[in-house]
Amino acid sequence: MTTVSMTVNGKVAAAVVEDRTLLVDFIREHLRLTGTHVGCDTSQCGACVVHVNGKAVKSCTMLAAAADGAEVTTIEGVANGDLHPMQKAFNDNHGLQCGFCTPGMIMTGIDMVNRYKAEGKTLDEKAIRHELEGNICRCTGYHNIVKSISQAAGEM
Amino acid sequence: MHNTNYHKASSASEAASLLSGADDGALLAGGQTLIPTMKQRLAAPSDLVDISGASDMRGITVSGNSVTIGAMTTHAEVAASKELAAVCPGITSLAGGIGDPAVRHRGTLGGSVANNDPAADYPAAMLALGATIKTDKREIAADDFFTGMFSTALDEGEIITSVSFTAPASCAYAKFPNPASRYAMCGVFVAKGDSGVRVAVTGAGDDGVFRQSDMEAALASNFSAGALDGVSVSADGMLSDIHGDAAYRANLVKVMAKRAVAAAS
Repeated sequence: MTTVSMTVNGKVAAAVVEDRTLLVDFIREHLRLTGTHVGCDTSQCGACVVHVNGKAVKSCTMLAAAADGAEVTTIEGVANGDLHPMQKAFNDNHGLQCGFCTPGMIMTGIDMVNRYKAEGKTLDEKAIRHELEGNICRCTGYHNIVKSISQAAGEM
Repeated sequence: MHNTNYHKASSASEAASLLSGADDGALLAGGQTLIPTMKQRLAAPSDLVDISGASDMRGITVSGNSVTIGAMTTHAEVAASKELAAVCPGITSLAGGIGDPAVRHRGTLGGSVANNDPAADYPAAMLALGATIKTDKREIAADDFFTGMFSTALDEGEIITSVSFTAPASCAYAKFPNPASRYAMCGVFVAKGDSGVRVAVTGAGDDGVFRQSDMEAALASNFSAGALDGVSVSADGMLSDIHGDAAYRANLVKVMAKRAVAAAS
């Protein structure tokens, strides 16, 4: 067993967990923040994407112990009173159908917009599609997801 | 996943001592291969020594044409390095094409090189660039380092700390990713430097990364995609699986090599 302590959505979260505990299980089972989803559990689908120290990672492929001391943001932590521009854009553009992949899509979308802005690069449709390589949606065919991220990129 | 004991190392030497004290320990770098492998119970180390935060194993140093990359430098850091792109754009574009953005935020150069997956991208770059793999014990030339599929010259408990190479005059990497897994079904890294042309192939060989000497000879006298037209690539020794048979992969080697040369010219 190991003691892990991290900041999740601005609050300190500490627990004694098995060393093998995945970050996603810590978030869902210990903190009961179930907005972060487990889709494939094999690093393919991206439904579990959260931000660790500001970077998008697949929380099913990282140990909770490795995030000890980190700043973690989940889908529950992105709205600040009002919806985050990325959340609003998914709403405006109907960027989802069943919604299962949406938390990961939004966390990936925010990460890509932040990175492209920081590097001064243009996030065009081709770039968005390339950046979405690690997030799978089985409903929408991606068109409205790409539109949503494109809209949010102009508003963030 | 079977249970394990997790340890965090802040330096290569601390990692070496933690590893030597473990029954059946394993190094954990970015974990983008090891954690999925443990989840499938294909690996069950008694102890994990996490080296991703080892500060003496991170970072990119470019001095003239000399490049050193710390083993725990992530793919995202390599891909985003403007300093590195200025002298060796082949390796930054290769890093930007590994996995997906979230994987690139965790996965490391050292982890990829140590694992030597037959479809991994970095081994091709190391071999074509004639890199030196530095460990906590010695320096190993890339030509001697990759010894077959998932096999390297590393001894038990030996830790890769960095890799270094001289940036060539020109280089490029071209890969044909599997449409589902995005792993290379064939990736070719071509480098033209002072010591000639080196061509390394990943994804296609049935014993891991290898150099294509016929192509190197053809390109030495005429560095153009057309120079490869007359080179025949044998299907012997190529991987053959559900995704493509040996003849298909042999053809991919040539197509990707021509693309890489065209991009490097």
